[in-house]
Amino acid sequence: MSVSTAPDAMAQRARGGRFTRSAGLTISFALLAFAALLSLAVGARSIPLGDVVNALLHSGSSQEEAIIRDLRVPRTLLGIVVGAALGVAGALMQALTRNPLADPGLLGVNAGASAAVVIALSLGVAGAASSVWFAFIGAAVAAVAVYVIGTSGRGGATPVRLALAGTAISAALTALIYGIALADVKLLQQYNFWSVGALGGRGRTQLDAVVPFIAVGLLLAFALARSLNALALGDDSARALGAKVGRTRIGGAVAVTLLCGAATAAAGPMYFLGLTVPHAARALCGPDQRWILAYSAVLGGALMLVADVIGRVIVRPGEMPAGVMMAIVGTPLFIALVRRKRIAQL
Amino acid sequence: MSAAPYTLPGRVVRFGEAVSLRIQLRGVVVGLILVAVVLALSVFAIGTGEFAIPPGTVVSTLLGGGDPGSAFIVRELRLPRVVCALLVGAALGVSGAVFQSLTRNPLGSPDIVGFPQGAAVGALIVITILSGSGAAITVGALAGGVLTAFSVYLLAFKRGGTSGFRIVLIGIAISYLLVSVIDYLLARARIEDAQEATRWLLGSLNGRTWEDVTPLAISLAVLVPLAIPAARALRALELGDDSAHALGLRVERSRLGLVALAVGLVSVTTVAVGPIGFIALTAPQIARRVARTAGLPLVSSALMGAALTLASDIAAQRLVPDRALPVGVMTGLFGGVYLAWLLTMEWRKGRG
Repeated sequence: MSVSTAPDAMAQRARGGRFTRSAGLTISFALLAFAALLSLAVGARSIPLGDVVNALLHSGSSQEEAIIRDLRVPRTLLGIVVGAALGVAGALMQALTRNPLADPGLLGVNAGASAAVVIALSLGVAGAASSVWFAFIGAAVAAVAVYVIGTSGRGGATPVRLALAGTAISAALTALIYGIALADVKLLQQYNFWSVGALGGRGRTQLDAVVPFIAVGLLLAFALARSLNALALGDDSARALGAKVGRTRIGGAVAVTLLCGAATAAAGPMYFLGLTVPHAARALCGPDQRWILAYSAVLGGALMLVADVIGRVIVRPGEMPAGVMMAIVGTPLFIALVRRKRIAQL
Repeated sequence: MSAAPYTLPGRVVRFGEAVSLRIQLRGVVVGLILVAVVLALSVFAIGTGEFAIPPGTVVSTLLGGGDPGSAFIVRELRLPRVVCALLVGAALGVSGAVFQSLTRNPLGSPDIVGFPQGAAVGALIVITILSGSGAAITVGALAGGVLTAFSVYLLAFKRGGTSGFRIVLIGIAISYLLVSVIDYLLARARIEDAQEATRWLLGSLNGRTWEDVTPLAISLAVLVPLAIPAARALRALELGDDSAHALGLRVERSRLGLVALAVGLVSVTTVAVGPIGFIALTAPQIARRVARTAGLPLVSSALMGAALTLASDIAAQRLVPDRALPVGVMTGLFGGVYLAWLLTMEWRKGRG
């Protein structure tokens, strides 16, 4: 980037860039729509796309229309919402910690939410709605603990420190989870079922319980986007530009907690989606956080649905959960990032 | 470290011309204290339970006396479990010390390179897909663990060797991938299989008999003597590859041998009791801090590992009334907290 670019040339580039980025976002939306249609059509019983559209437009009473309306539409909506939440949460975490390896799973947030949900299950108080609240508390506590451990000492948080702190907290919480769950066969079964991040067998109940929280989290994230851009320059420069650093951090942490807690409560812990999607978004639209967040939301939903659809067909007649598919896609990316030379740079 | 002229601590004992031994008083005292702690824990573990036996009776029964009833409880029911815990803990302590010396990294341990998760996936595939049992599970676990550790090293390897932190990060990534696979296999398994598998995954000492202890003891009897020349090679390697080479050590060969020894020790314990987390990570570090030596002492690491494992097992058995938890729950809890503490302390010193 050269500093001496003439102002109007810069404006021109920005306009050109905005056009490309808008076009890119439109294409991403098209991708999401296509993934959603696939998610409605593909499954144990495949339904032609024409019939899918028909079923969506007219309310009929055939078996196929019932399958689409009662099973696949909630599942698809849940996938979009959870994917968007995790994608945006990952982008937020990466921006807030200036850490390319940040992911809600790797930084212990999922483990915190899981532990809280297991405690709720063992106390017998967890319905779909109340487990969301437990997941929030767990996610928030774990996130704060990881951040405090990861940033204590000189030099602030590096990617390695945060990842290790996440591992430490996750290890302790996982032991705690199993300590509780092993005492009770029914609880263990419930937990084993829940702990696989998946969209199958989850639907309208979970969707209704978490949508308000995810909506608030997304709004908060987008409201912070401008300050996050300033934050990318470093705390001092951000302050000089008039950004409120402390307030941005806290707001970001609240948004991350809302998004991750709700997504985990609805679909179980998912690893690597929050890592992968923001990187793809950044590669497509450049460093502007406002666009990164928008791309992350749309691409997150699309990737979640694609992972879910592939999982439905890959081990027929069974289903490979979307969480496992995400891990299979995300791990190579993470390793490629680690092997790159200058890992600390975003 | 001071810049003043440095003399080696400790006193030198000579046996004739050829053999001499440098003895560090603190090391010896710490070793003796650890032995005392291990013995006290053993007596406590044997003496308590549903049928309490006073410590004096425990000792006399162990030495061959006692009435037949308590002799049966002590020698056939409780002693194998305690011996098993001690052997496993000692093996893990030594293995962790070797790993950490080799990687020159306090985080170097089989837990970090994904060995337990790999072993778990191997075992689970055998249990749930091939529906095998017994020896087949063991083989699957070993293959999975070794394969995982090997892949992590391979993926972390770049021109100019591996860096400690690249290993750690890639190990974490692979572990999460494997955790997803474990969760999936557990969720599709029958609930009885899943429960059994979960217990195995956490590492459990429940219901160990002499039949479990014997192969463990034999394998360790073979492996542990190998640790004596290993200790010497380790001390040379800690000076850096070049200095070790100058001291006449075949660096690459020694390193390969040491890795094989460390993996061998972990494998043996995995076969016996499943993957018990974090002992290999914590024991050498605590031992080093207590013994205040520069390097990682193998003997006190072994003793510390034994003490930690036994203490964790005692706690796991008694923490929740009438529910014996697997020992891995306690070591995982303790290890995670300890790792967090280690991270903050090391960073406060500005390292890492």
